[in-house]
Amino acid sequence: MHKKQCGNGVEMKQYEIVIGLEVHVELATKTKIFCSCSTQFGGEPNTHTCPVCTGMPGTLPALNKKVVEYAVAVGLATNCEITRYSRFDRKNYFYPDNSQNYQISQLYLPICKNGGIEIETAEGKKTVGIHEIHMEEDAGKLVHDEKRNCSYVDYNRSGVPLIEIVSEPDMGSADEVIAYLEKLRLIICYLGASDCKLQEGSMRADINLSVREAGVKKLGTRTEMKNLNSFRAIRRAIEGEKERQIALLEEGKKVIQETRRWDDGKGISYPMRSKEDARDYRYFPEPDLAPLVIEEEWLENIRERQPELRDEKMERYAREYDLPEYDISILTSAKKLADIFEAATALCQKPKKVSNWLMVETMRLLREREMDAEELSFSPGHLAGLIELVDGKTISGTVAKEVFEKIFDEDIEPKTYIEEKGLKTVKDESAIKEAVRRVIEENPQPVADYKGGKTKAMGFLTGQAMKAMKGKADPSAINKILLELLS
Amino acid sequence: MKLTDLTAVELGRKIKKGEATAVEAVEAVLAEIKEKEESLHAYITIEAEKAVEKAKAVQKRIEKGELLHPLAGVPMAVKDNLCTEGIRTTCGSRMLEGFVPGYSAEAVRRLEAAGAVMLGKTNMDEFAMGSTTETSAFGATKNPRNTEYVPGGSSGGSCAAVAAKECFFALGSDTGGSIRQPSAYCGVTGFKPTYGTVSRYGLIAYGSSLEQIGPIGKDVRDCSVILETISGYDEKDSTSIKREDTDFSTVLTKDAKGLRIGIPRNYFSEGLDDEVGEAVLDGARFLKEQGAVLEEFDLGLTEYAIPAYYVIASAEASSNLGRFDGVKYGYRAMEYEGLHNMYKKSRSQGFGKEVKRRILLGSFVLSAGYYEAYYLKALKTKALIKREFDRAFERYDMILSPVAPATAPRLGESLKEPLKMYLSDVYTVSVNLAGLPGLSLPWGQDKKGLPIGVQLIGNAFGEKKLLQAAYALEQGLSICTKSSAEMGLR
Repeated sequence: MHKKQCGNGVEMKQYEIVIGLEVHVELATKTKIFCSCSTQFGGEPNTHTCPVCTGMPGTLPALNKKVVEYAVAVGLATNCEITRYSRFDRKNYFYPDNSQNYQISQLYLPICKNGGIEIETAEGKKTVGIHEIHMEEDAGKLVHDEKRNCSYVDYNRSGVPLIEIVSEPDMGSADEVIAYLEKLRLIICYLGASDCKLQEGSMRADINLSVREAGVKKLGTRTEMKNLNSFRAIRRAIEGEKERQIALLEEGKKVIQETRRWDDGKGISYPMRSKEDARDYRYFPEPDLAPLVIEEEWLENIRERQPELRDEKMERYAREYDLPEYDISILTSAKKLADIFEAATALCQKPKKVSNWLMVETMRLLREREMDAEELSFSPGHLAGLIELVDGKTISGTVAKEVFEKIFDEDIEPKTYIEEKGLKTVKDESAIKEAVRRVIEENPQPVADYKGGKTKAMGFLTGQAMKAMKGKADPSAINKILLELLS
Repeated sequence: MKLTDLTAVELGRKIKKGEATAVEAVEAVLAEIKEKEESLHAYITIEAEKAVEKAKAVQKRIEKGELLHPLAGVPMAVKDNLCTEGIRTTCGSRMLEGFVPGYSAEAVRRLEAAGAVMLGKTNMDEFAMGSTTETSAFGATKNPRNTEYVPGGSSGGSCAAVAAKECFFALGSDTGGSIRQPSAYCGVTGFKPTYGTVSRYGLIAYGSSLEQIGPIGKDVRDCSVILETISGYDEKDSTSIKREDTDFSTVLTKDAKGLRIGIPRNYFSEGLDDEVGEAVLDGARFLKEQGAVLEEFDLGLTEYAIPAYYVIASAEASSNLGRFDGVKYGYRAMEYEGLHNMYKKSRSQGFGKEVKRRILLGSFVLSAGYYEAYYLKALKTKALIKREFDRAFERYDMILSPVAPATAPRLGESLKEPLKMYLSDVYTVSVNLAGLPGLSLPWGQDKKGLPIGVQLIGNAFGEKKLLQAAYALEQGLSICTKSSAEMGLR
């Protein structure tokens, strides 16, 4: 709820915002939706192309079955009805990135309808309805050459499969929008249907937003906001658009139905096109593709192959592993993380220890390396092995962290690695004693401090001895010897 | 007897026996072309050298016993809206004047794999829009029977080439009658198969949901063998159908006994030329003599076929032709300012009048606010027309009718009145709307000496019965008073 204050502090009207989302998700198929070209990102311009995806005369689309499978899987996971007799339609518009000057999409009979997912924010739980999910093809990309004052077209992305998930206008705050998108992202990642990266454009959200006075039933005039590449941009754009619309209404002006483009650098949006000059897409049923009939057997097959999704996984973890809720939420925040957790735990039977490595060191390294959890590539067995080595006191915790970093980066086998590098904990007491003696000699001041009653100095001295041992000693052994020699 | 007097199957047999070679066949056809092409203009592109080279290679493989197909070594022509790898494919349009595809249409690929030798690309109405082959950007084709008359269209080049022996057979495409009508005007046999029988991959689309590629030949047997070769499921065309019954040439016997043939009474009423009506009924009488059972009936909704057809075909065309924008291939205006001006100028200059007329019509019927009133209504009409045919085929094996209301018009007569030209498609378009097979067979001629065609319309997948009846009817050609034999076709 938004309260608008007048200059003199008298409370004016209360407004609420109504938000619906159109989310485009690039599907993780190996080949394009209507031809067998690779969907791989990058590549020299126009190398992942063929006569079909470049719209050459006489070519015809042939539907990639995997696209339908993914769309149906997402539909099932978001509680949608699956349309058993679905069709594709043509959306006609001229633009050079659109190789045929029409996009094959679904307007009249989309593959999924009437679903919804539950989201949770600080305000509590609520369900966001999903109006429909439809399949369509992506367009190519224009590359402008300012120097030569001309433009080039790259059709590598042309025909990459997309699904568009259209929500009901059920969200009332940026928090709810973020929660919805996070939930959607996780469901789709868990299904393996997409990697859903906002920054890279494999997940794109357009925001339809309107404001109305609190208590009023009728929806206000909405605008559509495009070009939102991060959760931060989405949050800022929602706040910005809310303020803009309320300001208009407060001034007695009207909100114009239009599409706006968010400029995250400047933190403001610009109108792109209004309803009046909205294009007439002249949609009609795609005559080159037969109606898509989803057989019961196939649907059952997809249903059976649905993986365990996050909500179910969280419940199971609480039941099976006796982990704190916080651990569970982090471990299941990416499918890859959960997979590693389960596999490593199965090997060493120490869920809490596996969890700690994943929550602390793994997360730290992901941040440092600017990586996504889905990009993790080390073997769970190597993590399990490391835990065994620490528990068996073969290596110290300090060494373990160093070894883990190697596992994280290069997936080394920990046992072989520590042997090759001679990282095993030194059990020889005389060697430790020698090192401790040297530390005492070299650090007269801390020694004096300790003897003067400053017990804190003990920590410093232990650290120094550990350093001298290159981490290859049991800290408790060092401590014991230090106490012995200082007493 | 000249080599070019043979049918495609007869020539194929002769080549296999070693009595003729593929190269001789190509040379014989090139001689006909040299003699007649200047006055006919059936071809847009002739690839004489390539054809001779191809014939040599094919001949070697025939001699080695690698090519056993009945059409191996037989020269053919291909309508210029079918893509041919390395050979320019213009669609009869300035828009694609220099377009050379990197792939061949599936139907062409199948024929070439069987050993047929392509001579060149035949003239057509621009983007297959027209009924006279006069809308071609490369000039009109003339009717070989009388060069003052049109050959019909849009596959006018293919039909004229077959009639003039400038090839042994040809491929055409039929969206609203474009194989059957010019076949009738030129006195050759043309077959539009059931929708989905032949892959449309590589056919530059006009009205995608209506059109099929089909054979144009000298007789029924040739057509059945060609159709057999090009039909069959293709994973590149999602609308192509898996059919097991494509051994079409196996049904050719003289017998028409017991075939139940319906004659739509309302097709023989106002608007039909007397001579044409007479000839078509004469053909019907012949089939009756052969043992067929004839019955007149009323085929409903025929008056709605033309409006429904022109709405649907134009709507699809307006979208299909969107890709010709001057960006990637085809014609681009020399001078323009900015993207939209380039689109506008390139399309205004690259497309001819008839094409622009249909793009405008199609864009209009798909526009917001008109979609339901026109396009959706046309789709509903299409479904109802299909139901009328279904009802007829409960009682009949096939329907016999005229192909066109009259014989070929004079050159230049039709384009002045496009609406009248559209109306001349009255007997052919409903077959496309219903997705049915339709065949046009020559039967006599009018006083002017212009050929008349009989149309046989079958139920979906009823090709075999249709060919059986057509074959029986063809046996009557020699006794038909004004037979095409007399006209010098054979």
